[in-house]
Amino acid sequence: MNTKTLAYILKRIGLAILTIWVVITVTFFVMHAVPGGPFMSEKAISEEAQAALEAKYGLDKPLFQQYLTYLKDIVTKFDFGPSLKQRGRDVLDIIGDGMKTSAKLGVFAAAIALVTGVVFGAVAALRRNKFIDRVIMVVTTAFVSMPSFIMGTFLLILFAVTWAILPANGATAAGLILPVFTLSLSPMANITRLTRSSMLDVLGQDYIRTAKAKGVSGPKIIFGHALKNALIPVITYFGPMLAYIVTGSLVVEQIFAVPGIGRAYVTSITNRDYPLIMGTTIILAILIVVMNLLSDIMYKIVDPRITLE
Amino acid sequence: MNKPKKLFTMHLDIDSFLPASSEDKEYMVQMRPSTTFFRDGVKRLLKNKVATVSMIIIIVITLSCIILPMVWPYSYDDMLGVRPGKRVDPSFNNLAPFEYGESEQKLIDKGENVFPHIFGTDSQGRDYFIRVVYGTRISLAVGFFASLIVLVIGILVGSVSGYCGGKVDLIIMRIVDIIYSLPDMLMVILLAAALKSSGLDKMIEGTVLEKIGSNIISLFIVFGVLYWVSMSRLIRGQILSLREQEYVLAARAAGAKGGWIIKKHLIPNCISVVIISTALQIPSAIFTESYLSFLGLGVNAPMPSLGSLASDALNGITTYTYRLIIPAVVISLIVLSLNLFGDGLRDAFDPKLNN
Repeated sequence: MNTKTLAYILKRIGLAILTIWVVITVTFFVMHAVPGGPFMSEKAISEEAQAALEAKYGLDKPLFQQYLTYLKDIVTKFDFGPSLKQRGRDVLDIIGDGMKTSAKLGVFAAAIALVTGVVFGAVAALRRNKFIDRVIMVVTTAFVSMPSFIMGTFLLILFAVTWAILPANGATAAGLILPVFTLSLSPMANITRLTRSSMLDVLGQDYIRTAKAKGVSGPKIIFGHALKNALIPVITYFGPMLAYIVTGSLVVEQIFAVPGIGRAYVTSITNRDYPLIMGTTIILAILIVVMNLLSDIMYKIVDPRITLE
Repeated sequence: MNKPKKLFTMHLDIDSFLPASSEDKEYMVQMRPSTTFFRDGVKRLLKNKVATVSMIIIIVITLSCIILPMVWPYSYDDMLGVRPGKRVDPSFNNLAPFEYGESEQKLIDKGENVFPHIFGTDSQGRDYFIRVVYGTRISLAVGFFASLIVLVIGILVGSVSGYCGGKVDLIIMRIVDIIYSLPDMLMVILLAAALKSSGLDKMIEGTVLEKIGSNIISLFIVFGVLYWVSMSRLIRGQILSLREQEYVLAARAAGAKGGWIIKKHLIPNCISVVIISTALQIPSAIFTESYLSFLGLGVNAPMPSLGSLASDALNGITTYTYRLIIPAVVISLIVLSLNLFGDGLRDAFDPKLNN
């Protein structure tokens, strides 16, 4: 690793930290700009009780001071305060609970998308313009242009209702199969297209021709030379893929009733549980920003020729 | 022509150096009318079958969702079972396609014509076909206007940043970097949730905007705040390379001012790239709208959008599956054909990509 790469990495880390700070600040002020305040939607309570509640949650202090406290708590203790609607529980607690299920969902979906996407992409590239390539391209185009909630509902109808071979409720282990599958379809389609185009690019390179001329066997060329280099651009897709899986899980968990963080988030929006909305937004944002950062840095280290802006 | 070649000599064929006869000259001239860049692009676009079919689909869908609501006898928020001065007639709710409500059936028995409910009615007795048409209209309009907002802001910021350069460019580009690395959907949901309960309703009461509904306006605000960055990056990049061209220098030497150069020289030259990415922005806006509608953050209640129709269809999904399938097919069709059309546009109008 040379100094230039190091400088780039440091710059990216700086930008990531700045981004996370912006997310926290925007989230805080947007949520506090909503008129009515967090206790307004509750049933009428006396003024003293209201004041006592506000004092308890520090809502009587000036806004900027509240902001500083909020920021300090996050940076020093990673504390997002208590939930307003689920009394006695911390935001971090609720998120941690949901994360257990959602992490499983996300990791499986990403793994399936990655493996099948690379295989399909490579096959399509090797059989370019043949029947199988056409089929793969048509199917992936269809997957990309269908919203995840529609795909999820169709899978639900087919597998859980019409054929009744898989459970519709995502609370059990078997119930996670359908949501995982739903979440993996769109990233899989994207990885397939990415792998296909970069594989085609690599197959046209001189060193592949050299290898062929030297008499290297077909599989060795594909796995040892072509695929290895064709997968480099796929690394850049890791960040967007995670972002897709996070936002996709909001609706997918809703459809399949998965007790994960996505469902908690949507519920917190309808409940107006402000600290939970803020906490979840910030944590998911940190996740996405860090993943983007890692995939960019990995890309740079794997292929130092690339100059990312 | 068929003289044997004398190899290894410098002997030249004298025939090659004779002046061309008028026949030869005529043969060399290609009779082809001069064409403009735009016409050339259209020609290439029409040669692309996939793009042409997509374009026709888009035009048909757009026209039908403009015209059909004008001539259709039912309206999207008309509960057919509810008539003033009469008891609520529940026989209109949840009609299957081509079924009729009780009072309509009586009319038919008397021999009168009743306009059929092609897709039946929904749980509140509203004609489902016109709701789908109206939903398509809303989704298309949201996609189109959101892209327009993105386009305007992107052009403004991008051209200023690219043309001014220096410190202005540096500051704008840092801001763009940060907004670009924000997780967009999370911010969209946050802003939509905040704007939904922000009392925007009261602010726009009595104005033209009220008709559009506060949720769609907040959707536009969200797009305006977040999605201009990639457009402005694109335009800045274009302008950075264009402003080094000689004709810009010539214009400046002739005394042209900055605004004039941007308007007359820079923007027209990057317009094709801009149009292409705007065309590709529309499907992503439609996607976002349907996603937000599904989460309950989209359009206001009686008004349908394709996303809200799909999400409403989830109740009673097992009995009325077609109510989900119809909006789903329409969304997919629109997004797919817009994407394919955008790709075709790019192939036809971006000459730099041709090689």
